[in-house]
Amino acid sequence: MIRVRDLTIRVGSFALEGVSFTVAAGRYAVLMGKTGSGKSTLLEAITGLRPIEAGSVELLGRDVTRLKPADRGVGYVPQDLALFPTMTVREHLAFAQAIRGWDRTPTEQRVAELADLLGIDHLLDRQPQGLSGGEAQRTALGRALSFRPRVLLLDEPLSALDEETREGMYDLLRTVHRETGVTVLHVTHSLTEAKKLGDCIFRLADGKIGEMA
Amino acid sequence: MSSRRRGTTPSTGRSDVPFLVALGVMGGFYVLLIVGMLVADVLSTTPGHLWALLKNRDIRYSIKLSLISCTITAILSVWVAVPLGYLLSRYQFRGKALLDVLLDIPIVLPPLVIGLCLLILFSTPPGRGVQQFVQVTYAIPSVIIAQFAVAAAFAVRTMRVAFDQISPRQEQVALTLGCSRSQAFWRVVLPQARQGVLTAGTVAWARAMGEFGPVLVFSGTTRGYTEVLPTTVFLELSTYSLEGAVAVSVLMVIVALVVLLIVRVYGMGSAPVGGR
Repeated sequence: MIRVRDLTIRVGSFALEGVSFTVAAGRYAVLMGKTGSGKSTLLEAITGLRPIEAGSVELLGRDVTRLKPADRGVGYVPQDLALFPTMTVREHLAFAQAIRGWDRTPTEQRVAELADLLGIDHLLDRQPQGLSGGEAQRTALGRALSFRPRVLLLDEPLSALDEETREGMYDLLRTVHRETGVTVLHVTHSLTEAKKLGDCIFRLADGKIGEMA
Repeated sequence: MSSRRRGTTPSTGRSDVPFLVALGVMGGFYVLLIVGMLVADVLSTTPGHLWALLKNRDIRYSIKLSLISCTITAILSVWVAVPLGYLLSRYQFRGKALLDVLLDIPIVLPPLVIGLCLLILFSTPPGRGVQQFVQVTYAIPSVIIAQFAVAAAFAVRTMRVAFDQISPRQEQVALTLGCSRSQAFWRVVLPQARQGVLTAGTVAWARAMGEFGPVLVFSGTTRGYTEVLPTTVFLELSTYSLEGAVAVSVLMVIVALVVLLIVRVYGMGSAPVGGR
């Protein structure tokens, strides 16, 4: 579950004030809004990367407002994916496990499991520079899911993809959601995307948030 | 409709050649100057002269001290440049502007003044305290400190640019994956800055190789002891041995070219393919 209460964030002259919403555990929520409405800022605040002025963030019933990003257990896929250029796809999928000191065998099993789920088995030894948009997207998704987070935050994950790849990604995101049971907050400005994927749709406008469905 | 409408399509018939020629001519003067200097130097000496130099024990010592001191200076410069460059690139803190200006001082101050400042520093009570344990002034450590004082400033600038070019986004993602700031730095940022580290080390090495002003004042010109290659050129000139000075200069060019080429080739081989 994601619960945001009376959140206030200021970035220069831009401000989000008193934002509150709740995404029930296991739901696929979509957050819509125009460019510059603060969707990404809100997502960053939930990850802990953006300092907040007031309010609270609860994840799975735990108040994480004062926790560092590393301690929140949130899978995050930023809009630009931010893949690590010095690592292979395999190393991306094993990164969070290496940080947690997992042994080799469970790490390899998890990498194989993710590669199978995301259809990137054949890409494991490739560097991100040689990947197509869809392949890079799958890699970033795998990296975010690698440590089995209960909450997944996706920042406009499909905006840079062509129509055909996007259709494939809709199916993949549905499969990932169904098989992992992760609570998803997916930011987009596309109503089609929101309707195809979302159990519930929120709209952010003029610094206020409202539920559409 | 008139076919003489203006501004609808750009002209495509114009050649790019004049632009490219202008670029080549304007920049070419500087390239010619460098090539001219090198050719003049090389033509002013002979292989026999160079060979004679290499047989001279003092010159061999000078080459050895130059190579060792420059390498130590480069390592020390990278050692301070990586943390300083990262701090300046990623963090906002009180006194940052002052620190930025402070780091430019070794670049803008005349080299002789740097040497003088070091001489004065090591004659203050703390400096004298250090010298009770290690003789610095007019000894070999002073050569390294004099080179380091200037070269490190260039390495810091290089590292800052290198870190500026790496998106902070990747570190942020690493933080959400469970990394501490330190882990994100070592595992995600530094591997990407590898080329920058190599460049900073090379810049510091090359800068140290050419450093003379601070070495002259702080280390003196003791033949066969605090003598590095620029000192040798100075000593040869001061005894009116222009041929000797030219031959040492050519030797410096050869040594610098060989080292820089090795670093460049190694650096290109180790750079991540298509790395941003």
